[in-house]
Amino acid sequence: MSEDIYREMILDHYRNPRNKGKIEEPDIRINDSNPLCGDEISIDLKVENDIIKDIKFDGRGCAISQASASMLTEMVSNKPLTTIKDITKDDVLENIGLTNLGPARIKCALLSLKVLKLGMVKYYVDKDPSSIEEMKDQSKVF
Amino acid sequence: MQALLDVYKIRQDFPILNRRLNDGKRLVYLDNAATTQKPNEVIDSISRYYKEYNSNIHRAVYQIAEEATEEYENTREKIRKFINARYPEEIIFTRNTTESINLVAYSWGYSNIKKGNKIVLTEYEHHSNIVPWQTLCHNKGARVKYLEVDADGYLKLEDLYDLISQKDDGKTKIISLSEMSNVLGTIFPAKEIIKIAHEKDIPVLLDGAQSVPHMKTDVQQSGCDFLAFSAHKMLGPTGVGVLYVRKEILEQMKPFILGGDMIKEVHKENTIFNDLPYRFEGGTPNIADVIGFSAAIDYLNRIGMDNVREHELEMTSYLLERIKGLKSVVIYGPKKAKDRGGLVSFNMDGIHPHDCATILNDFGVAIRSGHHCAQVLMEKLDIVASSRASLYIYNTKEEIDILIDALNHARRIFNT
Repeated sequence: MSEDIYREMILDHYRNPRNKGKIEEPDIRINDSNPLCGDEISIDLKVENDIIKDIKFDGRGCAISQASASMLTEMVSNKPLTTIKDITKDDVLENIGLTNLGPARIKCALLSLKVLKLGMVKYYVDKDPSSIEEMKDQSKVF
Repeated sequence: MQALLDVYKIRQDFPILNRRLNDGKRLVYLDNAATTQKPNEVIDSISRYYKEYNSNIHRAVYQIAEEATEEYENTREKIRKFINARYPEEIIFTRNTTESINLVAYSWGYSNIKKGNKIVLTEYEHHSNIVPWQTLCHNKGARVKYLEVDADGYLKLEDLYDLISQKDDGKTKIISLSEMSNVLGTIFPAKEIIKIAHEKDIPVLLDGAQSVPHMKTDVQQSGCDFLAFSAHKMLGPTGVGVLYVRKEILEQMKPFILGGDMIKEVHKENTIFNDLPYRFEGGTPNIADVIGFSAAIDYLNRIGMDNVREHELEMTSYLLERIKGLKSVVIYGPKKAKDRGGLVSFNMDGIHPHDCATILNDFGVAIRSGHHCAQVLMEKLDIVASSRASLYIYNTKEEIDILIDALNHARRIFNT
C-alpha cells in the first residue's frame, strides 16, 4: 500500500530536501534522467584529498527520487569518495526504507545513486584516463 | 436523455473489467490513450485463427490458407469502409502508428525532401511524429518547423498561413500533425488545416492514433493524404497498425521493407515489385492480429462511432468537472469538453504524477503519469510530467468518482 511508501520520512525529505542546490565551482558536476518518467537529478561535489567535503543535488521528480537523493547526500557527506564504490542498490533502498518497490518505481529510488556513481567514475577517469578499464563497471547500479 | 450506448452491457463483453486485483479491488482502467481493453470477440477471433485455420497468406492454395487470406483481406476492406477510403489498396498494414509514420518518412520522405526544404509539425506531437522527420531532415539538410500551441491547447490557423505563405517559396513539402493530442486532448480542425495546405499543394499526414478510435473518420471528407493509426487503441490487438495513403501518392512511393511477399518476380540482377498495397507489406504480416482487428471494427461499427463520441463527450464533461473541483489542480488543454477527445491531463500542486499514480494504484485505478512521449510539449508547458486519465466506451461515472476519491486520498497523504 502506498501508505508504506509515503511515510513521514520520505515526505519530510521531499518537502525539505537536504543539500539541495548547486556548488560554485564543483570538482564534479554530473546529471542524468530517467527516460521513462523524465525525472532529473544533477549532483555537484567538492572533493579534498579524496574526501567529499560538500555535496549538493538538484532536480525535478517524484517524492521517491527526490527524497532518495536527499538521503543519499547525507549518507556520503564527509566520507571518502571511494565509499561510493561500495554503496549497493540495497543499501540505498534500506536507507530510505523502501525495500518493496515495484520495478518501475525502483528506478526513481536509484536514479541519484546512478548519478553519483557516474560522477565518481568521471572524476577518476578525468584524473587518470588509464583507469577507465578498472572503473567502467563501477557506475552500474542495476 | 436516453443513453445512446449501454455501457453496463458493453462492460460484460470485456473479461478484464471483472478482474480482481491483488487486494481484491476491481480494476478501474483509465489509460485508454495508451491502449484499450479487448472484448471477448476479438480475443476469440484470434484464438479461432490459431485453432482452426493457422496458415500463411497469399501464396498457398490449400483450404485453410485460402480462409486465412480471405479473412486478412476482408479486414483491409473493412478498414477501407471504416475510414471511407476509395480503394482497399490504399490500406497498408504495419505494426503500429510509429511504423506507419516511419514508412512515410523513409519512403515518401527520402524521395521528396531535399536540402533547404521544410517539414511542418506541431509542438504537441508524439515523439513518433517528430523523430522520423527530425532524422530525415538531419540527413537531407532540411528543417523541421513547429506550429505553436497556445495556453488553452489550440493552434492558430494564421500561424499555419504564415509558415507556408508566399515567403515560404514552396519550401514546405509536408505537414504532419496529430488530429488529437495525446496530452492536451484537443481535437484539431484537420479539415481546415488540410484545405489551407492543399491550396499550396502541400500534402498532409494525419496521425490518427488518438482520433480514429474515438470519432468518425472520413479520409475523403477531410482530404488527408496520409493517415496513420493503431489497432490496439481501438479494441484490437497490439502489433497491428494502419497506414492509409491516397492512391495517387502511393503509386509514386518506393517500397520500404524489402523481401518476401512484396515482389512479383526476383532475378539475380533485378526484382519486379508486387502490386499495391502488397509491395508495402514485406514478409509474413501479423495475420492473427489483423484478423483480430477485424472483430474490433465489427464491434465498433455495431455501437456506431457517433455513439462512441457521444458517450465519451458525456464522460469527459463529467471528468473535467470533477477534476476542476479538486483543490490546487492544473488542467492542461481546452476548457470545453466538446473541443476534447476523451482524456484529461492534469497536475496536483505538490504531488508528482508518479506519486499520484502510485497512490491511485491502491484504489485499483490505472492512469498514466509521465511525459506521454511528448517532451517538446512538456518543455512548452514547463513541466516534466503530468497525470492523464483517458476514457473509452466501457468507462462509467462511478469509475470517475473512484478516481476522484483516490486523488483526494493522495492529497491527504501529501497533506498539501
